Amino acid sequence: MVQVKSLADLQNLKASLQNKLELREKGEKADSLVQIKVAMATCGIASGAKKIMEYFMNELEKRSIGAVVTQTGCMGYCYAEPTVEVKLPNQEPVVFGYVDLKKVDEIIEKYIKNGELVNGIIPVNYETIDDNNK
Amino acid sequence: MHLLVCGGTGCRASASDAIVGKLQKELDEKNLQDEVQVVMTGCFGFCEKGPIVKVLPDNTFYVQVTPDNAKEIIEEHVIKGRKVEHLLYKDPTTKKEISDSKHMGFYKKQLRIALRNCGVINPENIDEAIARDAYSALAKVLGEMTPEQAIQEMIDSGLRGRGGGGFPTGLKWKIALSNKADQKYVVCNADEGDPGAFMDRSILEGDPHSVIEAMAINGYCIGATKGLVYIRAEYPLAIERLKTAIKQAREYGLLGKNILGTGFDFDIELRYGAGAFVCGEETALIHSMEGERGEPTFKPPFPAESGYLGKPTNVNNVETYANIPVIYLKGANWFNKIGTDKSKGTKVFALAGKINNVGLIEVPMGTTLREVIYEIGGGIKDGKKFKAVQTGGPSGGCLTEKHLDTPIDYDNLIASGSMMGSGGMIVMDEDDCMVSIARFYLEFTVEESCGKCSPCRIGNKRLHEQLDVICKGKGTKDDLEKLKNLSLVIKDTSLCGLGQTSPNPVLSTLDNFYHEYIEHVHDKKCRAGVCKDLMKYLIDNEHCVGCTACARVCPVGAIAGERKGPHTIDQTICIKCGACMEKCKFNAISVQ
Amino acid sequence: MEFVNLIIDNKPVKVEKGTSILKAAHSVGIDIPTLCYMSLGDMNIENKPGGCRICVVEVEGRKNLAPACCTDAHTDMVIKTNTMRVLNSRRTVLELILSDHPADCLICAKSGNCELQSMAHKLGVRKIHYKGEMSTYKEDFSPTIIRDMDKCIMCRRCEMMCNKVQTVGALWGINRGFQSVVSPAFEMDLEKSTCTYCGQCVAVCPTGALTEVDHTNQVIGALADPKKTVVVQTAPAVRAALGEEFGMKPGTLVTGKLTAALRRLGFDYVFDTDFAADLTIMEEGTELLGRLGRHLAGDKTVKLPMLTSCCPGWVNFFEKQFPELKDIPSTARSPQQMFGAIAKTYFADQIKVERKDMMVISVMPCLAKKWECQRDEFATDGSPDVDFSISTRELANLIKGANIDFNSLPDEEFDNPMGESTGAGVIFGTTGGVIEAAVRTAYELQTKKKLEKVDFEELRGFEGVREATIDFDGLPIRIGIAHGLGNARKLLEDIKAGKSNFHAIEIMACPGGCIGGGGQPLHHGDSSILKARQMALYEEDKNKPIRKSHENPFIVKLYKEFLGKPMSEKAHHLLHTHYFDKKNEFIIE
Repeated sequence: MVQVKSLADLQNLKASLQNKLELREKGEKADSLVQIKVAMATCGIASGAKKIMEYFMNELEKRSIGAVVTQTGCMGYCYAEPTVEVKLPNQEPVVFGYVDLKKVDEIIEKYIKNGELVNGIIPVNYETIDDNNK
Repeated sequence: MHLLVCGGTGCRASASDAIVGKLQKELDEKNLQDEVQVVMTGCFGFCEKGPIVKVLPDNTFYVQVTPDNAKEIIEEHVIKGRKVEHLLYKDPTTKKEISDSKHMGFYKKQLRIALRNCGVINPENIDEAIARDAYSALAKVLGEMTPEQAIQEMIDSGLRGRGGGGFPTGLKWKIALSNKADQKYVVCNADEGDPGAFMDRSILEGDPHSVIEAMAINGYCIGATKGLVYIRAEYPLAIERLKTAIKQAREYGLLGKNILGTGFDFDIELRYGAGAFVCGEETALIHSMEGERGEPTFKPPFPAESGYLGKPTNVNNVETYANIPVIYLKGANWFNKIGTDKSKGTKVFALAGKINNVGLIEVPMGTTLREVIYEIGGGIKDGKKFKAVQTGGPSGGCLTEKHLDTPIDYDNLIASGSMMGSGGMIVMDEDDCMVSIARFYLEFTVEESCGKCSPCRIGNKRLHEQLDVICKGKGTKDDLEKLKNLSLVIKDTSLCGLGQTSPNPVLSTLDNFYHEYIEHVHDKKCRAGVCKDLMKYLIDNEHCVGCTACARVCPVGAIAGERKGPHTIDQTICIKCGACMEKCKFNAISVQ
Repeated sequence: MEFVNLIIDNKPVKVEKGTSILKAAHSVGIDIPTLCYMSLGDMNIENKPGGCRICVVEVEGRKNLAPACCTDAHTDMVIKTNTMRVLNSRRTVLELILSDHPADCLICAKSGNCELQSMAHKLGVRKIHYKGEMSTYKEDFSPTIIRDMDKCIMCRRCEMMCNKVQTVGALWGINRGFQSVVSPAFEMDLEKSTCTYCGQCVAVCPTGALTEVDHTNQVIGALADPKKTVVVQTAPAVRAALGEEFGMKPGTLVTGKLTAALRRLGFDYVFDTDFAADLTIMEEGTELLGRLGRHLAGDKTVKLPMLTSCCPGWVNFFEKQFPELKDIPSTARSPQQMFGAIAKTYFADQIKVERKDMMVISVMPCLAKKWECQRDEFATDGSPDVDFSISTRELANLIKGANIDFNSLPDEEFDNPMGESTGAGVIFGTTGGVIEAAVRTAYELQTKKKLEKVDFEELRGFEGVREATIDFDGLPIRIGIAHGLGNARKLLEDIKAGKSNFHAIEIMACPGGCIGGGGQPLHHGDSSILKARQMALYEEDKNKPIRKSHENPFIVKLYKEFLGKPMSEKAHHLLHTHYFDKKNEFIIE
């Protein structure tokens, strides 16, 4: 495990981590990498997010789609749990709400494979601190 | 090309289904179904102007669309590429049409500072947090600032405690710094207890590193090497994530000895609370951590003078901490430009109750209740009429229509008879009885009073009993006077914040909904139809055909009558369950 | 010293910094009512949880009312203690407390002596506007203390005494909100808790929530039984406090009237526990000298320091909390039990009464004595050496019930032989007294020299832990004294850690010793009363012709005729005991 022993260490680590993310986004494999985040806070898990996440992982592998599936915290749309964010390479992320196994199939088949949006998108309606800075 | 049609409850009520159908039909007719997809989305939050249709990829945002507009949208926008001007949103101030939703005001209603990483990073992976600037603020403070400078920055930012009281955070730190001691403590208050509130839980589950980092900064500023997180044992996931985060931070050397080579030592331990509401009060919290009964003691001394184990202690709320790293990274001057004159930054609210978009939101201070409810929360469920909004949890008050345009900040809410609290926001509609609401909150306070001081222990119980009497139709107008006196005395004499605020729901409903109280005690009526004892189920002889369905479903045998003859309900037996009314196919049963 | 200047009810007040508003007001004659607050200033005991909220006052510029007992006076404060807002709040709060309190004052054990009753009277409450459900709890009968928590007002005084002062840890605030109550953990019975029956909770309870088990009926029954010879013994501290129950000022010695009253109640023999105290000194003093001698001779197995053992609350304490030290205390029984053992053997023989026909009653300042006399080891074939023990308060009730005008009684003498005592026996009733009595005898027995000055001022006082070194003719004897079990704990921890260098330690469970016992007339938080009682005992000691236990002629005679010598086999059998490990006896159901 890396030990962050100084300010410079932290900056280097941060830069390298950001680069990795950048690489992942802009690198050669960018076309084939789909990023999926499942909101796994208490509210999400209570609504079945764990099952959704497992299903995503299994199905994407079965259907040979290169993707990274990770968990994340609450996105704030508790009325629409489970919620999942899908980011296709070089595109804005899209959040889907009320996701069940059937919806996962639909998302994979229609959105991930063909870029066709499917019912149940949660429109993002907030600013981030980065937007605010501009 | 995609046509997004809002499928939120509000828009659905205004026929968004029909819009989807029409759009699809038009596309089919023009044989465009393969090029253009019509998609139903979740709520945009802008229900006041619904139904909404958004066109991708150009972000055109059409408001108040009717099914009849479908043809126009397809023919003009989709085929000819011309925007349908009259359906565009008009900026209320400039009166100009705005086509790209990214430039619309409502899109900027929410600003995520405390929630910046929630739902963005994997909370169990410190690398993702570091890539999003975690620990950079700590590095900056440790490397470039003295504790005094760092505290000054905090004072300049204007950040106030997000746990409810709104005490200036920097000032709290300054007091703890000025008290000399061999050991000091930093405590994170994660004993979230307001009914319906889950802001802190979400932050700890979604971005635990922001809290850890801020606690370390707090420690550096006041000279504490130990941090404690007092967290409800009922938050197992938050506890797990926090433990993982602490472990990872230790492995990276971001907690522990000689952090970032600066010689500063700091580490964090967890302490579990049993979910007692009163333990959110800082002295009660400290006693609970010491293994004593979780009950408050008189202040002064304040924890910053004599807290955990008698040492100077800073207790800060989770959300307060989550704001702190950003303040150091972007500067006090960035932060203090957000919000109102005396309340800086943003506030996270947990929206709940009769509102469409139940969930977690973060808005700049100064946003109005109307904006929160109608432009973010998606308005009232089922198109019902708004009645009141309760802020500040059981300590807060119920605000009404007339308060909707009040900008939300600490001082305005108090002036309106409520308070900020930790951020619970519960919306009520015409089906809510305000006397019952007050009774509900008192039930909570009675349950959660620690029992130490008599006005809170006994007074709240009596308030609750008195409200119960009124709800049962046995109250008199004199009781209202007694309620008021008792409420004022409890506020005036209680030991801690719990008792000093617990009568607020009673006082604010007496203020704003006095007529409902009068209806209960004088007319013996509950307009919302909530108080069962004030309701009467009646069978209309003209409509009753004597089918006996109601008599058969009545669980207490209160309904009598001959077959094919009119039935009657014995009011002395009836328990007002409403089963008969549900069963009646002839609309012969009504409720009064 | 730093002072603050403030204004209370338009009066300028100057007090030391850190003084509470309550005390500041008091200094200018403004009496702010209090209920939960209690202070025994001389003993550094203060209860101010800020819980009852009766003492609230208005402080200019402050949003809500301030509790006077726990708010410090600050410079420039402007305080009003009697505005409409204050009076209304105070009365409303009291009405609330009364609304959750059984109104059975007529038959309550505390009636007339109840601080809540007095407060209702003082604030002129005539109607309770807020009525509703009352909190109810099971009644808890232990062998000495009855807990009727329906009457608890959560003043937390008992909890403070039990934990902070006594460190017994039997009583805690439990439950939440309206159901909050002070109770042993998990609402177990007091009998099954760590309770030592010291009775300090009862001594400070402002209401009838904590009272002693009343044994007066059993006493009346014994007195009414013509077949029984009823012998009574009365402890030293009783005579210094009983007068208070009859309107006399604290510290009035009523030994003669007490004797007369007991005789009029119908006791056949009126004796003095002080006699047994002298006997205790003979046994305990001899035991101490024995241990000392072996120690000085180089015996490493000898247990020192020796701890006194005449206080039953203290015995309960170490049996339950320090059983590993159970062979350190003296094996001498307490004076009450020595008395009973001698009365039912030697004395019964003398007057030719069979054991079964004799009843021994004790009048004690103590509640733990009620339990002590019930211990199995102090009974022969199921017949206890002391049948019943009643408190000073119960005796007062008996006297009142028997139509005796206590104040007009003549002074009478105790009966012989067990009524004769020395000044050493008298001071058993106060902290430092037992060890002073022991030193008077041990000194002469050890050095074989006459003690010129019998007053050991260095052993007297109210400090919680005291120590002194007494010169036994060249041999320095180091003595420790602790009163209040919390202070005792400090010395015990030292012993456990091997850090104690005392030869002998006196321990009394109650603050002040027996004069502040759980069975004494209620002091209502006035520690000057305890001081006055202590002075009275030293006064009686001073006026006694004989002031050393071994010079008591009846004690000398007792050994000659019956016991042989101190620590003889017979003495062992009748006057000594052994202790038990009761650490794991707390039962949580």
